[in-house]
Amino acid sequence: MRHLLSAGDLSRDEAVLVLDTAKELAQVGDRSVKKLPTLRGRTVVNLFYEDSTRTRISFEAAAKRMSADVLNFSAKGSSVSKGESLKDTALTLQAMGADGVVIRHGSSGAARRLANWVEGAVLNAGDGTHEHPTQALLDAYTMRERMGRLEGLRVAVVGDVLHSRVARSNVLLLHTLGAEVTLVAPPTLLPVSVGTWPCAVSYDLDEVLPKSDVVMMLRVQAERMNDAFFPTAREYSRRYGLDRDRFARMPDDAIVMHPGPMIRGMEISAEVADSPRSTITEQVANGVSVRMAVLYLLLGGSESAIGNQEG
Amino acid sequence: MCAQKRTGGGEKVGGPPARRSAEDARAVLEGPEINRALTRIAHEVLERTKGGADITLLGIPSRGVPLAHRLARRIEQVEDRAVPRGSLDITMYRDDLRLAPARALGRTDIPAEGIDGRVVVLVDDVLFSGRTVRAALDALNDLGRPRAVQLATLVDRGHRELPIRADYVGKNLPTSLREKVTVLLEETDGRDAVLLGPAGPRIGHAAPAADGAEVDR
Repeated sequence: MRHLLSAGDLSRDEAVLVLDTAKELAQVGDRSVKKLPTLRGRTVVNLFYEDSTRTRISFEAAAKRMSADVLNFSAKGSSVSKGESLKDTALTLQAMGADGVVIRHGSSGAARRLANWVEGAVLNAGDGTHEHPTQALLDAYTMRERMGRLEGLRVAVVGDVLHSRVARSNVLLLHTLGAEVTLVAPPTLLPVSVGTWPCAVSYDLDEVLPKSDVVMMLRVQAERMNDAFFPTAREYSRRYGLDRDRFARMPDDAIVMHPGPMIRGMEISAEVADSPRSTITEQVANGVSVRMAVLYLLLGGSESAIGNQEG
Repeated sequence: MCAQKRTGGGEKVGGPPARRSAEDARAVLEGPEINRALTRIAHEVLERTKGGADITLLGIPSRGVPLAHRLARRIEQVEDRAVPRGSLDITMYRDDLRLAPARALGRTDIPAEGIDGRVVVLVDDVLFSGRTVRAALDALNDLGRPRAVQLATLVDRGHRELPIRADYVGKNLPTSLREKVTVLLEETDGRDAVLLGPAGPRIGHAAPAADGAEVDR
């Protein structure tokens, strides 16, 4: 069985296959019968160790639109709080016959560990500060829909890159698909290894903005901040927040993206978030189509069409 | 065992399976005959639907789609009226999804007026087991409620596995299960022809005709 653990594992052809498949599947959302029989009889488990209503219901909607049976597992109130290990939970799922496991976990690498223990396909729905491949796929899908292409697109990813799995997955995937990514963040919010990533780095948002086709704002992950990364929220907002003035300096056809949830007023002003050039709600709708595509390509046939083999 | 009839040149057998069967194949329909068959089907559709005022042609990818377009153009020439046409991908409705690796989807493109209350004519290149048509009927069911559904196919090669039959057939082509029918069209392959040849070696547990677009899926 193959898994989707990292956006970096997808080849260009596989990534394009996911986006093309998602485009066809997006039509299902417009029909009166929003259902396909494709995954009938298959079981998908949503294994969520961290709270994430948005991602969980997106995966749930995607699996249900393909007629799969969905089991939701939330760590809160489960045996995990009694001390059960990830491996034992995995073996339990195995015994229940899960064909696919969607895992969200607070520790980086948890999805890869899980892939060694279960027979079904593992989909990484966010592991710690490591990766969130389906988010990157839906972002790429949204860019391609809005801008008509990905090749040569200039994308600025702005904000808390250090704690952002979204940023890492996006850099890897967009690089594969031929876009040019620039990370913009204060030096304290960039990971040490950023020099090895296939992207450019800048500390100055105002310099990058006029040269960007897409500006992706990241959430400042206060819950992961156990240190002083910037003096005050006000100062962060002044240097890295996307307000009306900065928005006006972007090219006329440039779009603004945000993976959500937004902190209005800090990283993005309400005015920008609600502008027609912001794709924030589109990203949510596209998320269902992209996750349908990933589930179909991993579970739809006798062999997966995408993803990486794990031992 | 069927005779290995070769095309004029009689090329050497021994290339990779896909090539070999193409070289060994015999053309049973050529371009002008395909054109005549489509023209006849267009007239039959008009006769049966009494002028075809509310017909919608839906081609099944891949080669059913250009055939549907050609039929629609012929009907338009006769009746001098636009005929809605589109494509209906059945991949997600196949009953053998789990027998093969996950495959790429084709395009589904339903005309803007939808299919509710219309006479939908499904168009495909080869009618074989009938499973493609069953899947197409399921897909239509999720898209709306046509008044009637009819089936047009360029070639009917027999060997039905379901109680399905075509309303309009370009050519009835009695075949053995060991033979392979390949439809080539100008739009996708650069020439119009229907080829009949020995099937390549069977792969795995797949049904004799489960390899490629040229067979009924």
